[in-house]
Amino acid sequence: MADAGGRIRELITPEGVDLRLRLGEAAERLGALVLDLLIMFAIMLAMSIGSCSVIAATGVSKNNSGTFQAVAVIWLLVFFLVRNAYFVLFELGPRAATPGKRAMGLRVAARNGGRLTSDMVLARNFMRELELFVPLSFIFAGGQGVDGWLKLLGLIWCAIFVFFPLFNRDRLRVGDLVAGTWVVKAPKTTLLPDLASEGEVRLADFVFTQAQLDAYGVYELQVLEDVLRRRDRKTLQSVADRIRAKIGWTRGASEMDGDFLSAYYAALRRRLEGRLLFGKRKKDKFDNS
Amino acid sequence: MTAPVRDLTLKSHRFRTEREADWRELERLLRRAEGGILRKLNEDEIVNLTVLYRSALSSLSVARATSLDQGLTDYLESLCARAYFFVYGTRTTFLQRIGRFFSHDWPAAAQNLWRESLVAGGLMVLGAVVSWLLVASDADWFYAFLPGIFADGRDPSASTASLKSTIYATKADRKFLSILATGIFINNAGVSISAFALGFAFCVPTALLMLFNGLVLGSFLELFFSRGLGLGFVGWLSIHGVTELLAVGLAGAAGFRVGLAMAFPGKQTRVAAAGAAGREGAILIAGTVVMLFIAGLLEGIARQLITLDWARYVIAGTTAVFWAVYLYFPRKPRSEEARHG
Repeated sequence: MADAGGRIRELITPEGVDLRLRLGEAAERLGALVLDLLIMFAIMLAMSIGSCSVIAATGVSKNNSGTFQAVAVIWLLVFFLVRNAYFVLFELGPRAATPGKRAMGLRVAARNGGRLTSDMVLARNFMRELELFVPLSFIFAGGQGVDGWLKLLGLIWCAIFVFFPLFNRDRLRVGDLVAGTWVVKAPKTTLLPDLASEGEVRLADFVFTQAQLDAYGVYELQVLEDVLRRRDRKTLQSVADRIRAKIGWTRGASEMDGDFLSAYYAALRRRLEGRLLFGKRKKDKFDNS
Repeated sequence: MTAPVRDLTLKSHRFRTEREADWRELERLLRRAEGGILRKLNEDEIVNLTVLYRSALSSLSVARATSLDQGLTDYLESLCARAYFFVYGTRTTFLQRIGRFFSHDWPAAAQNLWRESLVAGGLMVLGAVVSWLLVASDADWFYAFLPGIFADGRDPSASTASLKSTIYATKADRKFLSILATGIFINNAGVSISAFALGFAFCVPTALLMLFNGLVLGSFLELFFSRGLGLGFVGWLSIHGVTELLAVGLAGAAGFRVGLAMAFPGKQTRVAAAGAAGREGAILIAGTVVMLFIAGLLEGIARQLITLDWARYVIAGTTAVFWAVYLYFPRKPRSEEARHG
């Protein structure tokens, strides 16, 4: 429930439910970009090796300059397509994400919550020329034949575009700004088992009093859920000890930390959900209203 | 705790077990829907998916209000978001999108940006006139506008005969035409995309690009006209130049649109204005890439093979008429509903 760094955005569906979209983090975006660039590089490398072997096999002489030309033209066109169409084609697809974004659990979405239209995808990727390819060629060319001041200006210019996403709340790059899009998290989460079903079995051995169940609120319940799902023995032990101390629970002889926590989770959740039905949401342990 | 045994199960847990099958089914359909062209859903499945989507949304609302199982709400949130993007996303095929682009979107964008196009064209003409006058008064200006490598031997120091030979290619120049054409196209497409992207900086770089383009053009025109090769040069230039210069002008117009929206957003917010302008400009840029591809073919192949002045003028005239009719012939406006996608 915690808003991770203020990255949760409201998206009300036409049915009136807020989907609470989570924006992609800058690091994830960078990771996706690096992956995509590697894939693009791999395609061009394979293409170049293929072209070279075709030319080596046929040899270049006056008689077959046709093959050489065809290979060169195909190579150039593939280069153009990879550079300009790779992002567009993938983002126009049903997943609205390039392979890199998919790997990082991201997708492109329209900021207004509507459809992601092709003009948006085109606009955000044409801007890439300025944000990515110009700085890249600037780095590789090192601003040759340009004097110091211009070099500095070029560097500042590139830096503005490259670091633009870090300086706004929505992590928009210039292309996103111009296209009216943003990049949101779309991870494929699996339905985790309900911890209460296990806890209820344990509840047969544990009986908590009303006061013991009023010690904590929703926030602590969800932290406990997290702890139980991770199943880290040390954490389980220290959390169990702290809860026992807080609610004044004397540890039984053969009582396992995991079992105790599991039972307490189920009992606490029943108590809090019961109060929820009566319109009372106990936020955390300090909420005594 | 003296609750009867049958009431031991939490209400939220029972809620979950009752609905779980539906969520799993929605997940399965979504996985197929996102899988691509090969695993397309049929009508029934799409209807089923939307029904399941709405029931998942209501589950999400119920879960948020009554369940404290964080794993469940996280799952439902991501499931609903995925389904939302499918249900309310675009479902036109790629070919339909391409078709609409050529039949409507591109000409409409060109027509909408007529003012910006005129400004871009005006800047090029201005550049050409200025450089013509300057080069006419002192040939040294030519080198100021065109660094040696760019002019490729076509400069005021060249003899008239060698200038003439550059516009009427000899057989030796006809090698590697297709590579030349491709290279020209890729270079120009890059320039056109930059003209658009640079417009973001309040039009200034785009305006400079247009002016510079005009300066180069004017210098060459003056050079060739002063040697009495004007007619031949214009033929040599316009066989592809009509298409190419129009494309460059349109690219500049798209850049101006973005820059103007950034500078003067009007009643909208700056971001919203830039967004609307950017999307319209992007359509136009995609169009200019197509135009530049055609221009590259004309320049790299047709120009080298056709050396008769009149034939070059015929082709140039044909392209001019074609683009004028295709881009600017008035059409029926589309309904708002059909526009999206």
